[in-house]
Amino acid sequence: MHADIRVATDDFDVAKEWAALRTRVGGRAGAVVAFAGIVRDHAGPDQVEGLFLEHYPGMTEASIGRILSKASDRWELLDAVVVHRVGELAPQDQIVLVLVAAAHRGDAFAACEFIMDYLKTDAVFWKKEHRPGGDTWIGATARDRDRRNGWQTDDP
Amino acid sequence: MSSATATVVTVRFFGSLREAVGRDAVDLDIENACIAGVRKRLASLLPADGLQALSGQGVRVCVNQTIVRGNVELGTGDEVAFLPPVTGG
Repeated sequence: MHADIRVATDDFDVAKEWAALRTRVGGRAGAVVAFAGIVRDHAGPDQVEGLFLEHYPGMTEASIGRILSKASDRWELLDAVVVHRVGELAPQDQIVLVLVAAAHRGDAFAACEFIMDYLKTDAVFWKKEHRPGGDTWIGATARDRDRRNGWQTDDP
Repeated sequence: MSSATATVVTVRFFGSLREAVGRDAVDLDIENACIAGVRKRLASLLPADGLQALSGQGVRVCVNQTIVRGNVELGTGDEVAFLPPVTGG
């Protein structure tokens, strides 16, 4: 499987990433699934004015690499791309892109969701929400951990 | 203040811990070349609440970008990092 992992402050162009992946996989892929994460303007009842994301260069990319390896071990994948932004982000900004290509859609759908669920709990990022009442560092939620752990109980 | 036997390590702090200790990194000469030695040395440098944050719930310690448990030994040039709970996506 070809894997492309990037952490950047700049925004990403979904169409450009999609086209590059299509060129790489050519006629081998029957399915490409794309997920883009967007910064929400709220967290529950609280307004969110922005997000700040921090990473540990090297370790962060390695943590994403392990997630992609797990996905590749589990499903028949041809190509996977993860682009994750860091720095200051505003509501409606794109924050993360996951692209997965496979011969068949079942593998691509499942792997894309798996990768996102693991990014929430295992990828080495720190996230601070800017709220009107002050800044708050946030971690993975109980729901995030449940979703991740759900994949483990599905292990064959 | 270093001596011939001192080990020099870089210690990095991320996220909420970076804010709690008021810096993102520090180079330390440590006499006792292990994680406990780093903590002891930090105790003389950091404010009490910052130091306490390093032992907070869910905080993990890395050496050269690998998570470690317990009091591992260190050598000159090693990079120690204190990581609060992570989340991406």
